[in-house]
Amino acid sequence: MGRKLLLEHINVPGINTFDVYRSKGGYASVEKALKMAPNDIVEEVKKSGLRGRGGAGFPTGMKWSFLAKPEGVPRYLVCNADESEPGTFKDRYLMTYIPHLLIEGMIVSSFALGANVSYIYVRGEMMPQIRILEKAIAEAKNKGFLGKNILGSGYDLELYVQPGGGAYICGEETALLESLEGKRGNPRIKPPFPAIAGLYGCPTVVNNVESIAAVVPIINDGGEEYAKIGIGRSTGTKLISAGGNLKKPGVYEIDLGLPVEEFLYSDEYCGGIANGKRLKAVVAGGSSVPILPANLFLKTVNGDARLMSYESLADGGFVSGTMMGSGGFIAYDEDQCIVRNTWNFTRFYHHESCGQCSPCREGTGWMEKVLHRLEYGHGKMSDMDLLVDVSKKIEGNTICPLGDAAAWPVASAIRHFRDEFEWHVTNPGEATTRNFGLAHYADPLPKVEPKVA
Amino acid sequence: MSDKLKVTIDGIPVEVDPGTTILNAARQIGGDIVPPAMCYYSKLQGSGGKCRTCLVKVSKGSEKDPRPMPKLVASCRTTVMDGMEVQNITSPEVIEARKGVVEMLLINHPLDCPICDQAGECDLQNLGFEHGAAKTRYEFDRRTFHKIDIGDKIQLHMTRCILCYRCVFTADQITDHRIHGILNRGDHSEISTYIQAAVDNDFSGNVIDVCPVGALTDKTFRFRNRVWFTKPVEAHRDCDHEKCNGKVTLWYKGEDVLRVTARKDVYGEVEEFICNTCRFDKKKTSDWVIEGPRKVANWSVISANKYDTLHPLPVVKTNPVLQEANKEQFERETRL
Repeated sequence: MGRKLLLEHINVPGINTFDVYRSKGGYASVEKALKMAPNDIVEEVKKSGLRGRGGAGFPTGMKWSFLAKPEGVPRYLVCNADESEPGTFKDRYLMTYIPHLLIEGMIVSSFALGANVSYIYVRGEMMPQIRILEKAIAEAKNKGFLGKNILGSGYDLELYVQPGGGAYICGEETALLESLEGKRGNPRIKPPFPAIAGLYGCPTVVNNVESIAAVVPIINDGGEEYAKIGIGRSTGTKLISAGGNLKKPGVYEIDLGLPVEEFLYSDEYCGGIANGKRLKAVVAGGSSVPILPANLFLKTVNGDARLMSYESLADGGFVSGTMMGSGGFIAYDEDQCIVRNTWNFTRFYHHESCGQCSPCREGTGWMEKVLHRLEYGHGKMSDMDLLVDVSKKIEGNTICPLGDAAAWPVASAIRHFRDEFEWHVTNPGEATTRNFGLAHYADPLPKVEPKVA
Repeated sequence: MSDKLKVTIDGIPVEVDPGTTILNAARQIGGDIVPPAMCYYSKLQGSGGKCRTCLVKVSKGSEKDPRPMPKLVASCRTTVMDGMEVQNITSPEVIEARKGVVEMLLINHPLDCPICDQAGECDLQNLGFEHGAAKTRYEFDRRTFHKIDIGDKIQLHMTRCILCYRCVFTADQITDHRIHGILNRGDHSEISTYIQAAVDNDFSGNVIDVCPVGALTDKTFRFRNRVWFTKPVEAHRDCDHEKCNGKVTLWYKGEDVLRVTARKDVYGEVEEFICNTCRFDKKKTSDWVIEGPRKVANWSVISANKYDTLHPLPVVKTNPVLQEANKEQFERETRL
């Protein structure tokens, strides 16, 4: 079992209060960081190899070093707590139980970036978390960790919590900035990137809650120490929101590089599939990543065991791989209907598309209607090709990644579960009353013929 | 900043100023290689990037960094770099993507061109003709809205809207204050005003001119005539509005001025915005000083030659892959 970095003291009673958190060694990184030069903190984060935990996996230290630093212009750090990916609930968990960890991370990160005003943009539905964070900020301010002249270092920081309106699109960083400025949450056209012109036209860094929280152990233990955890370019620990038909769903902190089989079946983590059923499919990183059938998920095409890491999950590309995403791990047992699930995801994207650019605005609605038709037994054999074609037309042609996120689950579901879709067309009556079942989705993969060069 | 940047679009080199977008560089060359634009409007700041019809492939980023761009880019919002190589109609990928975008634009657009005032000068009509398939694959109900009157001169027919945001930018930048905007999101979005508040502004009529489709129409012209039966004549008057210079196009049918619009260039963009008095209230020949017939370029929307055959580049004629990709465009002639 790896060491927990973020959730180490999660079970301590009263850890959400300042005093208990402080007594467990909290805010030590602030004391340490304020004595360091801001650039050294950025270097430390770079050394740690920390990758953005919000979905894209872009190296955080690299992102920080891209921040433009013109004279006389304020810089901002914005924490993206607009967690709305179906299947992901790690940030909410973190903010509910250890809000001070996020605030500590915000202070250190803001100091490293030279931001004197920072925002936590929380999704509108998370009212309790907004109150928890505001209470925690007030506590920290009382003790002199926020506000003017923090711990006598001469560094000022104001931290604000801003509730959003609950739109999924506002989790996209430029839409988030628009929303934070009080405008309609439409993604901006890039370039310019937020690191050059972000909030109010000033250089801005937008980071996920978990990325910012992970800065705390990096500063406490040093970047090199942090980089020792994990495998390859996937360093450190990651919070996984495990959901679906699992014996023990919940938020788990894992060392990256843990075999997925161990994560799924060991008692320490998910404990296997509930009710003695068998695994049919897995969505590994939140609803927008490609879905994989059980056999492809546990083993890659080459027969290697798949690991929970950015690289291993992406092994096989879009043909037989998936992505780490934001860590929204959803397991489906043999009773689940993939067509219905795909329709449900598409319904979500249809509802959440901002309507700015045409492929996503019209395409998501189109896919939803076709999938609805398939699920309710009015589908046609040509619908599958139509869906794949529509998803291709959306993918890559939109302003922001929401179009890709809407297209991937559909394309991958049809790629891997085509016989289930066809069964919905050939047996429309049966399809509305029972599910397709496991079929061959968990069978061992056929041996790959070694390619003759 | 005198040094010009060299860009190659579909094999045709052009030198442009720094900061020019790919679309404007292509417009300097002109002809078939200009990407279509439904939402970009050169007179409106911040417009563009939304409709995705102007997607192009950047096969070489710049002289310094020759890597191609990973995705197709919106040419209206991407500025050129020195040595950039762009493929528009010589890239099958672009043609395929554009066809997809046009299909997406058309799935919720009613095909009521026979009764639409915009027919004949509609950007979407042209785009559909050039890139759309003959049949739709969309088999569901289209979204529909009630018509709304915004003000006593303008009617909004939201069903036809393709949400290009041009009218929103116009109201933001040309008029004193904006009363209309986008409500809702996704494919439920609509251009609207709250409680149908009248758009009451001296320059509000310009939203009619910028609308690429027939969503915003002139109520003084509605159903009066088809644009291709009217004759455009350039005229001007001494307008006392300080922002309006009174240079317009009059659209004659016989002796009557049926409609007054701003002068539009070959890309359907107005040269100068005009005020509502000129547009709606001055419909007598005696109000105007006639300058002469409006010259309509061959490739302009209102020209009879617009729907002629494609004049392909030499490279398209020789490359079988490109011929295959442009097949539908070549078949325009046979379809007519």
